[in-house]
Amino acid sequence: MADRGERAATGRALAMLAPAYLWLLFAVFLPLAAMAWFSLLSDLPLRGREWHLTLANYRAFLDSPAYPALLWKSLRIAAVVTLLCLVAGFPCALVLARVIRGRSREALLLLVILPFWSNALVRVFSWTILLRPGGVLDAALSAVLPGEVRLGLAFTETAVVIGLVHSYVPYVILTAYLALQAIDQSLIEAARALGAGRLRILRRILLPLALPGLIAGAVLVFVPVAGSFMEPRLLGGRMGTTFGTVIEDQFVAVFNWPLGAALSFILLAVVLGILAAASPALRRSLG
Amino acid sequence: MSGVSVSGLVKAWGPVRALDGLTLDFPEGSFFGLLGPSGSGKTTLLRAIAGFVTPDAGTVRIGGQSVDGVPVERREIGMVFQSYALFPHMTVAGNLSFGLEVRRVPARERARRIDEALALVRLEGFGGRRPAELSGGQRQRVAMARAIVTRPRVLLLDEPLSALDRGLRTEMQIELRRIQREVGITAIFVTHDQEEALTLSDRIGILREGRLVREGPPRAVWDDPGDAFTARFLGAANLFTGTPEPGGLRLASGALLAGPPGRTTGCLAVRPEAMALSPVEPGAPNALPGRIAALVFAGATVTALVEAAGQQARVTGAPSAFEGLAEGQPVWLAWPPGRAAWVAPDRPGVATGK
Ligand SMILES: Nc1ncnc2c1ncn2[C@@H]1O[C@H](COP(=O)(O)OP(=O)(O)OP(=O)(O)O)[C@@H](O)[C@H]1O
Ligand SMILES: [Mg+2]
Repeated sequence: MADRGERAATGRALAMLAPAYLWLLFAVFLPLAAMAWFSLLSDLPLRGREWHLTLANYRAFLDSPAYPALLWKSLRIAAVVTLLCLVAGFPCALVLARVIRGRSREALLLLVILPFWSNALVRVFSWTILLRPGGVLDAALSAVLPGEVRLGLAFTETAVVIGLVHSYVPYVILTAYLALQAIDQSLIEAARALGAGRLRILRRILLPLALPGLIAGAVLVFVPVAGSFMEPRLLGGRMGTTFGTVIEDQFVAVFNWPLGAALSFILLAVVLGILAAASPALRRSLG
Repeated sequence: MSGVSVSGLVKAWGPVRALDGLTLDFPEGSFFGLLGPSGSGKTTLLRAIAGFVTPDAGTVRIGGQSVDGVPVERREIGMVFQSYALFPHMTVAGNLSFGLEVRRVPARERARRIDEALALVRLEGFGGRRPAELSGGQRQRVAMARAIVTRPRVLLLDEPLSALDRGLRTEMQIELRRIQREVGITAIFVTHDQEEALTLSDRIGILREGRLVREGPPRAVWDDPGDAFTARFLGAANLFTGTPEPGGLRLASGALLAGPPGRTTGCLAVRPEAMALSPVEPGAPNALPGRIAALVFAGATVTALVEAAGQQARVTGAPSAFEGLAEGQPVWLAWPPGRAAWVAPDRPGVATGK
């Protein structure tokens, strides 16, 4: 009898999960499968073209030192951007979640989300206006500081990092905010009653309890930034060639879809590998 | 170990005066129970002593010294929260160690004191567990141990047992009392359960609308509640109003109720368990004719609601005392004059609590 009830419950759960799985199937699995297929072809299977199955696209990555170097550069940028997002985002989230109360909190949270509603291209492009030589930033600094200021930030890796941090920091703010505002106020009060000052409470209570949110935020930033191409292209100029822009080129410029697909899978594998390698340490700090 | 005293405490939130000129002494080493209806300011008082609430006026003294302007973290208090507020990401030992690390107690001494505190709450060997791996009663014990391991000057408990079920609660009451005695610390605790307050406390204080209405040893407050509010709040006493005369209280019906000698003012309060019912007129003073409106069975006791002298009186006793009585039956209500108490009547226009 209990068995039947259990089976009915499982059935209900499946029925409720079905839409999610169907969505995953169509939106994630099928395109991914198509890309996996492309990555094994010698050429695009178009009319009048010869093609056969091959691993040459994957070998191309190893044959040229340029690809691993670019991948390394992308991962390095992703790590720096993730770190900066955490450093900038956590204090924001802390103030939002634990200092500000009532209506102004909602307003500030809205301001954090606002960038998501503007066009990403516009957002990034506005940085080029700010950073370009003699641009808004240079002009503003020249006005307050003596002499002509030339930061020379435009078309450097720094510009790319600035743009990426700006685009992705809301993810960290939101995930950290959610984790922080879920912390029971009585824990903070208990710590204070035990004699702990602000710094100790931050270090021993707030940070460890918000860690899951910070890690979620870090993953949400690291993964897309490792493959990003728009910000590097617009803000990096000649210095902006990354693994992401190379992949994009294969798809939109040189029409070498198989190579682009293979490079994408290599990136995916490396990122998954990094997350897998980091996960025991993460689980330990969370457990 | 120190006593606590508050004087003239005022705290207002908008139009609400949570504390309204409260003055109260918590003697050194005593277990002090704070009682009062919901919203009477018990939590606010406790939080003002702890330092979480800054009073608008008045002074809090711990060990004779004013702690006004001293932040919570430097008041040397121990606090037990209703939700226990154990740090979920630390082990039991980690929770206990926290306050000791703040005080820079060396590691060896820390370990010794943690063991000592765990032994005191009878949780030897639980140091490695996480709060999530403990039962409600065990969490309560850890919260107690954490609050006293730092050897605070005063222990503050806001409804510490209200999250426990009845059986466990009685057990923990005894434990709480034992631990407090062994440590000898001044403890102030808030409770909704008057029985709990009466059993545990050396002294109790009754709050109402941010003011102290009665304070003293439980027995004294019980026997002589002082005013109608306290009499009703503590033990649901029956109140008779009328005209006080030298011999007692003259009811509107003309009957004379004899009260205890001495002060003959206000109204007479009689506890439900002091009254007895009989089907025939007893040859004793303080006998009122009435009718049983309802009989309520509660296991060990039965409560009868009796219509008498134009009001409803509660009579509580062992089930055997109600044998042969039925709802709707005319009865006589009687009590020994010495079991009644003179109390001040309600101030007009003041809502009665509970
Ligand atoms: N932070 C606050 N902001 C506004 N009003 C408050 C605040 N804290 C308490 N009050 C008000 O102060 C009064 C006393 O509250 P308090 O929590 O001290 O009551 P209590 O005796 O502990 O009640 P209970 O038995 O329900 O816990 C209540 O009217 C309450 O609404
Ligand atoms: Mg309260």
